[in-house]
Parts: sequence; C-alpha cells; structure tokens
Amino acid sequence: MRDPHLLALTVNDEEHEVVVEPRRTLADVLRHDLLLTGTHVGCEHGVCGACTVLLDDAPVRACLVFAVQAEGSSVRTVESLADHGELSDLQQAFSDHHGLQCGFCTPGFLMLAEGVLAEQPDASREEIREGLSANLCRCTGYQTIVDAVHATACARREAAP
Amino acid sequence: MKPAAFTYHRAHDVTDAVGLLTDLAAAGEDPKLIAGGQSLMPMMNFRLARPSALVDLGPLRRMPSMTALDAEAGTLTLGALVTHHAVETATLPDGFAVLARAMRWVGHLPIRSRGTVAGSLVHGDATAEWCLLALLLDAVVVTEGPSGRREIPADELFHGFYATAVEPDEVVVEVRFTRPAPHAALSEFARRHGDFAIVDAAVALDLDGDVTPEQVSGGRVVLGGVAPAPVRVPEAEAVLAAGGAPGPELFAAVADAAAAAIDPPNDPQVTAAYRRRLTRTLVADACAQAAGGPR
Amino acid sequence: MTTTDLPGVPPDVDPDQPERGERPATEPRFDGRRGRWVGASIPRHEDPRLLTGRGRFVDDIALSGMLHAGFVRATVAHAAITELDLTATREVHGVVAAYDAADLALGDIVAVLDRPPEEFTPTAMPILARGKVRFVGEPLALVVAHDPYAVEDGIEAARVSYDALDAVVSEETALAPGAPAVHEEAPDNVLLDVSMFDTPGVDEAFADAALTVDVTTRSGRQNALPLETRGVVASWDARDDQLLVQTCSQVPHQVRTMLARSLRIAERTVRVTVPDMGGGFGQKCVVGREEIAVAAAAQRLDRPVKWIEDRREALTAGFLAREQRYRTRAAFDADGRITALDVDVVCDMGAYSCYPFTAGIEPLMASAEMPSVYRVPAYRVRGRAITSNKAPTAPYRGVSRPQYVMAIERVMERAARELGLDPVEVRRRNVITEFPYTGVNGVTYDPGTYLESLDLAEATIRDEGWYEAREEADRQGDRHLGIGFCCFSERTGYGSEAFAKRKMTVVPGFDLSEIRMDTTGSVVVTSGTMNHGQSHETTFAQIVADRLGLDVARVKLRQGDTERIAYGWGTFASRSVTIGGSAVALASERLGELLCRIAAHLLETRPDNVALDGDGGVVQLDDPARRLPFEDIADVAHLRSHLLPKDVEPALTATASFDVPGDGTFSNATHAVVVEADPGTGEIRILRYVCVEDCGVVINPKVVDGQCRGGIAQGIAGALFEEVTYDGHGEPSAASFIDYLVPTATEIPDVSIQHLETPCAFTANGAKGAGEGGTIGAPAAVLNAVNDALRHTGVELDTTPIHPSTVLAALEGEL
Repeated sequence: MRDPHLLALTVNDEEHEVVVEPRRTLADVLRHDLLLTGTHVGCEHGVCGACTVLLDDAPVRACLVFAVQAEGSSVRTVESLADHGELSDLQQAFSDHHGLQCGFCTPGFLMLAEGVLAEQPDASREEIREGLSANLCRCTGYQTIVDAVHATACARREAAP
Repeated sequence: MKPAAFTYHRAHDVTDAVGLLTDLAAAGEDPKLIAGGQSLMPMMNFRLARPSALVDLGPLRRMPSMTALDAEAGTLTLGALVTHHAVETATLPDGFAVLARAMRWVGHLPIRSRGTVAGSLVHGDATAEWCLLALLLDAVVVTEGPSGRREIPADELFHGFYATAVEPDEVVVEVRFTRPAPHAALSEFARRHGDFAIVDAAVALDLDGDVTPEQVSGGRVVLGGVAPAPVRVPEAEAVLAAGGAPGPELFAAVADAAAAAIDPPNDPQVTAAYRRRLTRTLVADACAQAAGGPR
Repeated sequence: MTTTDLPGVPPDVDPDQPERGERPATEPRFDGRRGRWVGASIPRHEDPRLLTGRGRFVDDIALSGMLHAGFVRATVAHAAITELDLTATREVHGVVAAYDAADLALGDIVAVLDRPPEEFTPTAMPILARGKVRFVGEPLALVVAHDPYAVEDGIEAARVSYDALDAVVSEETALAPGAPAVHEEAPDNVLLDVSMFDTPGVDEAFADAALTVDVTTRSGRQNALPLETRGVVASWDARDDQLLVQTCSQVPHQVRTMLARSLRIAERTVRVTVPDMGGGFGQKCVVGREEIAVAAAAQRLDRPVKWIEDRREALTAGFLAREQRYRTRAAFDADGRITALDVDVVCDMGAYSCYPFTAGIEPLMASAEMPSVYRVPAYRVRGRAITSNKAPTAPYRGVSRPQYVMAIERVMERAARELGLDPVEVRRRNVITEFPYTGVNGVTYDPGTYLESLDLAEATIRDEGWYEAREEADRQGDRHLGIGFCCFSERTGYGSEAFAKRKMTVVPGFDLSEIRMDTTGSVVVTSGTMNHGQSHETTFAQIVADRLGLDVARVKLRQGDTERIAYGWGTFASRSVTIGGSAVALASERLGELLCRIAAHLLETRPDNVALDGDGGVVQLDDPARRLPFEDIADVAHLRSHLLPKDVEPALTATASFDVPGDGTFSNATHAVVVEADPGTGEIRILRYVCVEDCGVVINPKVVDGQCRGGIAQGIAGALFEEVTYDGHGEPSAASFIDYLVPTATEIPDVSIQHLETPCAFTANGAKGAGEGGTIGAPAAVLNAVNDALRHTGVELDTTPIHPSTVLAALEGEL
C-alpha cells in the first residue's frame, strides 16, 4: 500500500476508522472496507450516479471523491433511509410507483432525490425531472421515478406545518 | 478504472499548498492540486491524468475567504473554493445574476455540489460555462505562487485545449469578476441535459436606457466549442457596438456575424457546419435572453 | 388485501368472452380462469431489499481470501500478436498471477448451427486471444491481484506488440474483394448466408406492381447497457467438490455447460448461481469468455477470484448489438396493398459468434419474421451475418425486430406518400385481421389485436388534437411537428420447436419448475428463468398463489442456481412468463391436486368431493364446514406421514415442465409518437408517446407498464442517441458515458399505455411476453414521426440514430 492514511469518517451516524491508500475512492471504501454495499458503482467517471451519497448533506458522486478527501465528513448512504426495516416515505413511494426494476440504480436515485428535495422542497414535477436527470436508469424509462419523487415532495409539503 | 497510485498531502493554508507543490516538484514528483476534483477525478480514474502526488485544498474550506462570495463596488469576488452550487443559490447583484442563472447548465446537482469555480477555470475546457463567463465579465484570476501573488486577466488565461496560464506551482486564491452585466445570458446546446455543450454562447448587452426606446450600444459575445479555447468574437461585438434596437433583427445580425467569424473544428461526430449553425442559433437566443434583462 | 383494494386493477375480463378468430390447432392450455392475484398491481416482492441497499449483486459478494482479476485487452482492432510479455506484470506489487492463453489452455467457445457450409461457417472464440486479436478490447491475458487497483497496475505493466493488419470495419470493407479475413475459417467474412422462402410470384408481383418502393434502412451499433456491468466471483469448494461460479448471467445453465466444456471437467463439478442482477437486456444471455477465464484462475489458484467489468470495458469490449442494413423492395397494387416483399439483410455481428445463439441469430430472426403484421402474398429474403473487427454482438432486447419493423414500417410510410394515402390507412389495408393466420413465411400467428391497436392508437392521437396541432404548426411555418406510427407483433414464447426451425444445435425452449410446500403451508417454487428486473418474484408468485389459493406473501421464488434447477434456459426473448410462468402454474396445479388427495383421505371422503378453497386450505364440497388448512395437510405430509394415503409419498413437492408448441405466441402493439424538430438546433423533442399493447393476460399491470416504458426508453435511445461508431482502424468512438449518450429523465418522455388483452390459448396462464415490445416499436415510430415533421422538405431519413445535425440540414434544404 503506497502512502497509507488513517481515515476517520462518520457514515450513517456511525464513526469509522479505516486505513486506506489515498487513491481509493469513497465508493470503494464504503462498499468494500465498510461493507455498505447498498451504494453501487456504475461508471466510475461521474456520469451514471449509481454511487450518489450525501456528503455533509449534499449529494455527490462517491466515485468522484477520494475517501481521504472525506476525512472528518459525514456520509449518508441508502442504508440510512429505512427505520428499523420500515421503508421511508421516499422508498415506499418508489415501490408504490414501480420506480425500480432491477434496482441497481435505485440507491443512487434515492440519495439524489433526497438531495434534490432538500434543495427544492417546492419543486414542480418538471423541476424534479431536471434534478433527476443527473442519474441514469436503464430499466424504467424514468417516468415512474419522477412520479415517486414528485409524490413524496407533495406528501412532504402537505405534512409540513 | 482505478487511478494510478499517488501520495496525498493536505494543505492547511495557501502558503502551505504552494510550499507542498514546490517541495514535491523539487523532489521529482509531479504534484497536482485537487479541490472539488470533479474534472480531475474522472481523468484519473481513466488514468488519463496520473499525478504522482495530490495536494488537497479541501481543508482550506475552513478559511472564510476561500468560500466567500463578496459583491462590492461593481466587482464580484469568489473565493477559490466557492462551488457552482454556492453561486447557483447565492443572491447576487443584478450585474452578476447571469452567473447564478448559468449554473443550471453546469453538470448536475451532485457535480455542482462539489465542483469549484476556480477548478473549472484552471481546467480550461473550451465549452465550460465558467470559462465563457470569465471572458464575458472580465474575470481576474488571482494566484499565489513561490514568487508571490499575481493577477491573470481572463483574456490571458486560456492557452487552448485544457491549457491555462496558471502555473503548476500556483494556487488560485480568488476569482474577481470586474465587469457587471445586468443584461447578460448564456445559452447552450448539448445532446443531453447536463452534458458538456457542443457549442455555448454567452452574451452581454450594453443597453442605453437614457433613450426611448432602449438602444443597444455595445456588448460582448463569447463562444465555447468553436475553438480550442473559449473566444470573444470581435466581429459580432462590432455589430452590437454599431448599435440598434434590441430585437430579432439586430440579434440575427450579431448571430450571423459570429457564425461567419469563427473557424470551428470539424470532426466526424459534429461537423464545422453544424457548429456554425448552432452558433447562429445560440448567439441569437442568448441575445434575446440578455435583452430580457435580469430575471 | 383483496384485489379490489389494489390500484390499477384492470376491469374484469369475462372468461366466457368469445375469442377473436380461431385458436391454432394446438393443445389449448389456458382455460380463461382468473384468480385473486393475477391481474392485480400488487407491490413487488423484490422492492424492500432493493430499496434499502440489501440486494446482493455480484460485486457485493466478498469471500475470505478473495483475489481480483482484470484483463489485458487489445488496443488495436486487427493484428497479429508478436509479443505478449507478462514478466513486468507479475512483478507489480500486489499482483498474484498473470495468465495468457497458453497458460490457461482452455477450450474455445464455438457456437454452431446445423446448416450446410454454404449457409453457415462456425468460428472459434478463444477464451484469451491466441496469435491474433480481432477487436479493440479483446482479452489477451488475465491478471490476478490482491485488489482491483493493483490489478490495473499489473495490466498497465504488460508488454504487447502487434503486427497490424487492415481492419474490417463496415459491410463495404468486409465484403470487398480481397478484404482481409477476420477469421481464417471464413475468408469472405460471411458467417451466415441464407436465402429463404422465395415463394412463387415474387418477380411477377414486382412486374405487375402499381408501385414499387425501395428503401434502405440502417441502424447503428448499440450497447444494451445494463447499468450493472458484467461480473463473476468464482471459487473452488472442496467440500462440494465444485467450482462455485457466482455470475450475473441471464442463462446460468448455459454458462455451466460451456464452462464445463471449456475447462474440460464434468458438469457436476460446476455450480453456477446468480445473485441479484442489475439488468441484462440480452447482453448477459450469452456466455462471456471472461467468466470462463476467471473460473479457470480460481481453480488454478484455489482462491476465490472476482472480476467486475468496468464501464470502459463494458462500452468497448462487452457484447454490442443492432448494427444492421436492410434493402427492402416492396410491390404494391394501386389500392396500397402489398403484393410482394424482397429483402436483403446484412447484420454486422462483429468479431465473434456468441454462444449459444451464434452469429446467425440476427439475420435469421429478421429473415423469418420480416413480413411482420402484414399480409404479404409473396416473399423472398437473403440474410447475411458478416464478421468485422468490432466488439462481438449478443441478442439485445428485441433482436432484429426493432430493425426489420423499422424497415417494413418505412415501407408503409413510403408507399402511403407515393400513393397519396394516409399512412395509417395503408397499414389498415395490409394488416392481418383474421387469426390464426399462416404467413408466407410459414409462421402461424395466434390471435392478436393488430388492427384494434392501430385504430386505438390513432384515435388517441386524433382525440388529443395532435393532428390539429400539426396543421396549426404548418400554418405558423416555423414549427415542425410530426406524427409517426409503428404497428408490430413479436413472437414471445419461442418453444423448442420454433427454435429448432432456426437449426440451432443448442435448442432453447422448455423450462422446468419444482414447487415445495413446507410444514407451515408456505411454498418455495423454482424456475429455470432468471429474474433481473422483470419482477418474476412477484408475478410468478401471483400465478402460484392463484393456482393454489394461497396468499401471495406465502410464495417464494428461487431461480439462478444450477443445483436447485435441473436445467433451464434462463430469461431472454420474452419467454419467462409465457414458458417459465406456465411451468410454475402447472407445478402449482399438481401440488394442488396432491393437497386435495391427501385432504380427501384425511377427511375420509372421495377425492372428487374436495377442492382448494382459495384461502389456503382444502374444503369438502358437500360439507363446507369441513375444511383442512394447508398447514394441517403439510403437517401430515412431513411429520406424521403414517397418516398419508398408502399411494402418496411423503413431503409436498410437484414438478412440471412446459414448452410452447408450434410457432409460439405473438404479442402485439401500436406505438404513436408526436415529435417536434427544433429549427435552430435540429433537436428532436418528443411531445407525446402513446403505446397500445396486447400481451395477453396481464399478470401485473404495473409490471407490464414498466416493461413497456423501459423498452420504449431503450428504443428511443437507439432512435435518437446511442451509437458506437468505429473509425477506419477499428477504434471505437464511445469508451465513456461522455460519448455514449444514454438518455436521461429529461430526454425520455412520459408514455401513456393502454392494454388490450387477447389471452394466449396455449400458455398455461394466458400470458404472452411483454419484455421486448417497447424496444421494438419505438425506433420506427420515432423515425416515422421525424420524417413526418420533415415532410415539407422532401427529405426522408432511413437511418438511426437520427442526429440533430441531419435534421437541421434537412430543414435548411442542405440534404
């Protein structure tokens, strides 16, 4: 291992310390060192978005972040969304609207959608569509993903005081 | 698609970063700065870029000046670590509002969350929105190197095909936009939303509000994707300088002048003729949007 | 939950409703029964794990001591290998081993058709290149290291020298006299050359034709592009005396068969399992040489070895598809009725013939099915597969049908234009309306809704005002709207009889199912099909639940394990619900019969006096108060077997096989598209997309809609965006997602879907396949709509993908 670094980062509120080569991407560290395999890897050049996670609350491509750059940061992955096995509202909406088929892109879309909704809680369906154009899905044709995120946005707006 | 090995060095302030770059180079290394990494990392994952050492500016985010957006007396100053997303969501004075509006063209939210303005400028992609905007609004890139600070005006920054005037041992400290343009817009065409543009056009109109109806008295026209570096088009700007009523007739003349002036690259995927035709469309569109004023 | 609670439940279909047309003269299977679950959009069983990040995909597998593998790949398209030196590779820190072809000495992959030499030339695909390379990306050597980063360091250190040969990169360069041969076995670069049908009257029809149209259509080379790339983890299990190969494959049994042959070991000593799979679309329905090389390395090293294809490899060295050229000549009478069809098809299959389908798959599919949904009285076709120095191809979703449908649909449009008729009307005059219909191609089409779907699609577009919108745009002059249609059918349940007609030596067709009920009354059912997004875990459970009268939550489907399923043909060609779904239905019925027999014995009544009660039990018909829940029956069958009838064996299992007889079944659809061409950029925007489809009995409407939409998105991708081109040296243009333009949410429109249901008479559940139709209809519909938008220019485009620069040039009168 060339130039090993001891890395401390918080993932889903849990603190981890791991020794990594600097060239190791955050995606690989999450998946293969921390065994959080819910985050998927689809292109390793920042286009498909399958590896999207929240880094300090902002959606980022985990394949375009070296893990050493995330020192001291807080990461949220798809594993953080459900509460003791109960699907989150967004996850439930994906199921209700058939927003997933093979499920490979799904964790990335969920984390992207959380990022988009945090950014634009009042987003229209077309704004959601534009936000979701960051990621690739090969199965659904996107319509039902947009439906699921839009339904979640509407429900959250209604629930907000 | 895993990067080649490198050593990793965290910079704690600008002086430290410059020192690391200098020392590593002196030790025979080939160091490179990383901030957001959104341009560098894809190239490293493909092993098209393979620096032997990375100096990370990430820790400098703690320094307020590095992430500050300051508008003062007709100048907008962006700290070197200001992200696209920070600009997109900032409330900017009218003269710089075009920057925020243009951000929707820069990749996608996850890229904008992490990528930096300075990083995009130093990367020097000929179609990068920031490169066009730098020429449009007379940006000055302030760098610090072993021999101190220097200022690089935008028209001296781009040396063509991913090459810029920023030296390998220099660190960008801030970017100043010195020419407010309340009537400005950027328009582009890509096959998919969020892609690098095939051609993009940025236009700033000088509108003389003292006469009625309003008259165009000058302006800037900047193009990306038509040359190895982003370019201003004096022939098109001359049409604006000649003046006229802001409207389709004038804008078509500007667009035609721009299309006629360029000598765009011709490749099998995208012909020169098509780039020229897009130029006409996009310049006219940017003019029309610019005339619409700040929105 | 009852069906009426569920969203999207289709209106009840009257099982007594008369069939359109007559049933084919094959054994009727579907009895028109509907149950509680089939037809309901129930939540997917797959969803909870996939939504929470608890799916298990191949790259999620980590075994102790696992090593990682990667491939040294050719950087030139066609060359003799003059040097392959792995010395430096083996010295790289972290590298454990590096192997070339001679080191592994594996048997080649050879896919064969049972056709004479003048029709088919078999060629060998070595596991690692030997002597020469035939495409950029071809694997030359395998590098094994402690982590994937070190693997790439090792790959970089390999020294390879070539003596370059001229590259064959197009039909023209492949078929030119004196062209370099990609394979010695095929000096003319032709792997398949068949002339078929040549029915009487072709030439006469052309001589007498009121109109002859002659259209040359082309489609670009596309990547099926599952978002999960290919990958495999292989390990030797000493206790089982088996090589365990965990791979993302649509055809695990064929992988096992080929692996055993290539490694020259007993098939018993290979177990192939498939974890969750991130899409396949056909790219994973052939056996990859990488799977075999990695398995061989694991066997040699006695360590688990993982290979995960990276995106650059997937784009350049993975199986591609679709590059075809059709010259279609069609004769019409003055009323716009087609009288003859004469077709020449050339499919560029790339460097190798894929196993098990062979390079013949695309031209044979096109040749057999080209007449499509139309009554064609006379037909002649020549179909060729050529080899070239490009990445090899696999049967991608739709397999030639997007292309031949595009060709015949262009013919219909061209004829309409020439005759001054409405293009929908020309289709109406030609479409098959009486079933069963035996075509000039010898294929018998079972009942469908060809005309009805066409009428409904057109009415939808008309009612929504799109024709007026187009007229209004014409009046304005600066907007260019176009409306396009595509009417087609697709054979979905290819049984062994239908595949045998292609003269494959490896003949897919049947599938097997075994069902077991445990002591708690829950069931596990197996299928030789292989879910990878199609929702089999849900839809198959719906079928089983109805057949047994069991809550769907108590049904678990198991697939993708060669130890659990004696043999299977996996998932491709829209075969899963038709064939696999029929097998599970029949196995379920047999289990139901067994439960009834035991229950009758326990209730001390006649076997014909009991029946499944639809609620997890067996009821005595003449005394409904007497009922045995499945748990009680299962308890006896397993734990108190002394109480069983004497002629019933313990445990509750049943098996069934199913094979579609004859020519199989045809799903059908009409797609209607409205597009607008941007006069400033040439960009095509899709304003409206309507799909009217008929896949027989809809097991789960939400799932069928999903298949349609996803297929349409891929069809639009092929029509407007995606293409891998090669330069004159055989260098591929698209090695990243920057250049390979996969459309996103902003490019793919919403699609409105309407279902017609013509139950299939000879699948056990009335279903026809639904996996491919979307992909088949979209390219033709989009292309027709674009041509309609350009109709004032006189330009007709016949090539996909359609580039905006071409559209712009057409609009500006430069074509």
